[in-house]
Amino acid sequence: MSQSLTKNRNIELIGFAILAVLLVVVLPLSLDIFRLNLIGKYLTYAFVAVGLVACWGYTGILSLGQGVFFGLGGYCMAMFLKLEASSVANTKIQSTPGIPDFMDWNQLTELPFFWVPFKSLPLALIAVILVPSLAAFILGVAMFKRRVGGVYFAIITQALAAVLTILIIGRQGYTGGINGITDLRTLLGWDIRTDHAKYILYFVCCAALFGSMFLVRFVLASKLGRILVAVRDTEERVRFSGYDVANFKVFVFCLASAIAAIGGAMFTLQVGFMSPSFVGIVPSIEMVIFCAVGGRQSIIGAVVGTLLVNWGKTLFSESFPELWLFFMGGLFIAVVLLFPRGLAGLVTDQLLPWIGRLSGGRRQVAAAGSAPAPAPAE
Amino acid sequence: MPNNTDFVLAVEGVSVSFDGFKAVNDLSLYIDKGELRVIIGPNGAGKTTVLDLICGRTRATEGAISFKNQYIGGLKEHEIVKLGIGRKFQTPSIYEDLTVFENLEISFPRGRNVTGALFWKRSEEIIARVQEVARMIFLGDHIDRLAETLSHGQKQWLEIGMLLIQDPELLMLDEPVAGMSVSERRKTAELLKEIIKNRSVIVIEHDMKFVESIAHRVTVLHQGKVLAEGSMEAIQANPKVQEVYLGH
Repeated sequence: MSQSLTKNRNIELIGFAILAVLLVVVLPLSLDIFRLNLIGKYLTYAFVAVGLVACWGYTGILSLGQGVFFGLGGYCMAMFLKLEASSVANTKIQSTPGIPDFMDWNQLTELPFFWVPFKSLPLALIAVILVPSLAAFILGVAMFKRRVGGVYFAIITQALAAVLTILIIGRQGYTGGINGITDLRTLLGWDIRTDHAKYILYFVCCAALFGSMFLVRFVLASKLGRILVAVRDTEERVRFSGYDVANFKVFVFCLASAIAAIGGAMFTLQVGFMSPSFVGIVPSIEMVIFCAVGGRQSIIGAVVGTLLVNWGKTLFSESFPELWLFFMGGLFIAVVLLFPRGLAGLVTDQLLPWIGRLSGGRRQVAAAGSAPAPAPAE
Repeated sequence: MPNNTDFVLAVEGVSVSFDGFKAVNDLSLYIDKGELRVIIGPNGAGKTTVLDLICGRTRATEGAISFKNQYIGGLKEHEIVKLGIGRKFQTPSIYEDLTVFENLEISFPRGRNVTGALFWKRSEEIIARVQEVARMIFLGDHIDRLAETLSHGQKQWLEIGMLLIQDPELLMLDEPVAGMSVSERRKTAELLKEIIKNRSVIVIEHDMKFVESIAHRVTVLHQGKVLAEGSMEAIQANPKVQEVYLGH
């Protein structure tokens, strides 16, 4: 696999370029702002999928709780926007003006201490990355240092997603409860609800996504990336090559979580609210499916998979809302059984060789056919 | 502090039990600098467990293990590796999804923390060393092959190569010629003779011909205890050993 990865590195760059043209030129020119905003929303899930490529596809750590980190990032952003929208002037009809409306409804009379830092944009932006990374770090250290992995880790992350959802819903005076944090209006006085703002936020989202993709690409192309693959193959051997495996797992888990959090923040900005329904078990599993469909070992595959599945979800659930979940489940089973490397695997294993043959690359094919057979030892 | 001795490795009075079963029972073993020690014994004698204890994979319930006069009982596997103990497993344990080059590169004893690995540069020195080791393990022409496509014997060699590039002071080999064809076995014996120079080695092996050809001293384990220790001839002549191997 790694050999084909190295070979495919240039193909990957071409893929990045095609995707960039599609996202930055073709879609904005051909879609109205409503649909483009939808694409922007899908792209925020793609951050999670890109993180999962590193964490799951390369290292073999299946996290079924990435919604937690997406949500934490989104909530950190939403808390800042909510405080800005809750100025004394805007909330003078409340019994305590100057605090978010849902706090007032829940008889809170002053801002909880952990909301105070979110009055500042720089602090809020730092928190977007720091809070989820810290959560991932604590969970990662607690699990990986004790060598909890595989299915157990997946279940614990899933439990974490459930716990955070329940916590958010239960403490509605502090979190906005099941409705989430809504009615977000401006970012430093700039109205994020206008079409113009949505265009700009879409492009910011694309830029952040490509930044994250290049970051993950850099990490996976380094020796660290090969160590991650080695950990997936035989974790024990990596220890006996002198590496502290837990540190590498914690690192990649934090990386995936930080990227998911950026996606969450972009979600809040583009969609205009954040709620526990993007934190829990179902969205977390959906994000794994996006990644699996696109190809869990391909950064581009993860983004394309996310876009396609969500596009399909929108089309399909507009006409057959009750069938969508069955279709989604079927899709996941099909991917696992029939093409485990996802769409990206289909492209690199099937489509590219086929194109190679079509374009008269007989020699290439012949060369591939005579690839060194396992040489008998003597 | 352990006594200042010349031993590279001192295993003293070590016991380990799994759910009441004593896999290793009050075992002591001393390895000299540059010594090649072969451990033999019937199935279930605790041979692999002894290696597990030394390399930190299993914790001793009693006793002390020291390497170059430093206690290593509480250290983690990677810390023990960094002190200079290398281990080859019974079944070839390599990175199947990486190439031969990458397998060896990862085993190169540098850049072993997260930042070191992230900003790792493939210097000329490293490339040269990897190629040199690949030639030694008969894989010079297969350097870009995926490890999973290698034959069983080649995988064993690759794992030996991964240890070689680590350059450990104490090398532990668990059945290095198991599952090999006769010709592979001969080449491996040559290879082992090459790589055991200038270091201490513990080998677990069943193949008596192979043992005879390499061993300085032989330790016979039986039911978690040392049954006999000495030169190959002395061991073969020992009636207790004959009984264990032939008596039933």
